[in-house]
Amino acid sequence: MSPAPRKTDNLMTQSDTWRPSVSLEMIQARAEMLSRIRGFFGQVGVLEVETPICSRFATTDPAIESFATRYTGPAAAQGTDFYLHTSPEFPMKRLLAAGSGAIYQICKVFRNGELGRRHNPEFTLLEWYRPGFDHIQLMDEVASLVNQLIDTPLQVEQLTYAEAFKHTLALDPHTENIENLRHCAIEQGVPGADELNLESRDGWLDLLLSHLIEPQLGKSGMTFLYDYPVSQAALARVREGDPPVAERFELYLSGVELANGFHELTDGQEQLQRFKADNRHRQQSQQSHMPMDESLIEALDAGMPSCAGVALGLDRLLMVLTGINDIRQVLAFDISRA
Amino acid sequence: MASYSTSEFKGGLKFMMDGDPCSIIENEFVKPGKGQAFNRVKIRNLKTGRVLEKTFKSGESVEAADVHETDMQYLYNDGEFWHFMDPESFEQVGADKAAVAESAKWLKEQDSCMVTLWNGSPIIIEPPKFVVLNVTDTDPGLKGDTSGSGGKPATLETGAVVRVPLFVQIGEAIKVDTRSGEYVSRAKED
Repeated sequence: MSPAPRKTDNLMTQSDTWRPSVSLEMIQARAEMLSRIRGFFGQVGVLEVETPICSRFATTDPAIESFATRYTGPAAAQGTDFYLHTSPEFPMKRLLAAGSGAIYQICKVFRNGELGRRHNPEFTLLEWYRPGFDHIQLMDEVASLVNQLIDTPLQVEQLTYAEAFKHTLALDPHTENIENLRHCAIEQGVPGADELNLESRDGWLDLLLSHLIEPQLGKSGMTFLYDYPVSQAALARVREGDPPVAERFELYLSGVELANGFHELTDGQEQLQRFKADNRHRQQSQQSHMPMDESLIEALDAGMPSCAGVALGLDRLLMVLTGINDIRQVLAFDISRA
Repeated sequence: MASYSTSEFKGGLKFMMDGDPCSIIENEFVKPGKGQAFNRVKIRNLKTGRVLEKTFKSGESVEAADVHETDMQYLYNDGEFWHFMDPESFEQVGADKAAVAESAKWLKEQDSCMVTLWNGSPIIIEPPKFVVLNVTDTDPGLKGDTSGSGGKPATLETGAVVRVPLFVQIGEAIKVDTRSGEYVSRAKED
């Protein structure tokens, strides 16, 4: 007799949860994709690396939540908190500062609280760094990589963040005030926009982008959005100008956000200020304070080469390549079966 | 009053919106990699039946609606209300025209219906998927035609009008699919 199934919230709904949520063809398509990616980086001379999944440090980004765990044993009899990484960015930058040269990594990353048609809390990222590149050069390499994975090369479109907002919504995302952004969302018919309580301009920009602009992006090929508002710089370098912009880009294909890249910030003190600002923001919105990666600050202070880096979600890429619109169908075991 | 956070959103969850009880049909989690998360939901207003969409900021809460579905036996119509009884507690409720709506034409006394109660009052009445009703009026039709082709309208004891095969006669009982309003078969007499 088999033991009664453990009931864990409402994730477990199917009776056949031992079975994979994916077809054998999809498992093969994933293996083929990974093999081609490794082939691509072999050709262009980028080194594959591995860095810890479990770290004493965590991202401070208020929009990303880490899973926490604990190590107890030799060297930590009382136990030490660890966090599952949400991206391998920080240790990869430490490798760059130590002189690794161009590197890439394919690894599982973890983000708490993210589950939906395009989200699974555990997913696969491809992340790579190119010393000497800026974000524009790296966008070109991202396009080459994606085209290497498909039979018919896709058209590539590059739009600044401001152009995308001007074309679709006729407003300037760098200067428009919060009231006008809100008004635009209501006027464009985002349902419930009039009752939404978003504190920041960025919240409204995210709403407009995800509801009104994104679905139009990458319809006939790859669309890169680049040069983001400074308030959304994350770990990107800021380029002075009128307006100043964050040298950041994202890739969209069939309306799906696939990748996020930066012309990387190399200034350790500026990075420190951003980590602190993130934690202040977290405190204000009652999120937990996260231990910032002090090793990264030290590495930047020691000197990281000027570089561009990008993280590309491989599960979503596989979804788009195979025409699937539910992430569970590209994962051997989604979270409800994990 | 109980509340639900957006993390609890899923199909079938009942909550209050603008004073009306609603049920979630579809819930989509939308989040830019480095940005604000939203829940984009498709909702049915349970009082009006209207379907609408709404976007919530993830992490917000909504007020739970005291809505549940239960099987009840249809008793009778007093001209204004349709009365139903809980077969276990024998408690009775009266449903108005708005709640009964299109279901009225399928309601036969003693049949068991799915009643949606909001704060104890019925707001939706669903008839059984199949009902057996007597034909009270139809053209005599062609004698000998048993092919079932063509068909003709027949009025049933509840007032519903359905298309039936030509061989169906007044006084016969037929089985009808209430979801499509279509004739299924002749019903065997007990």
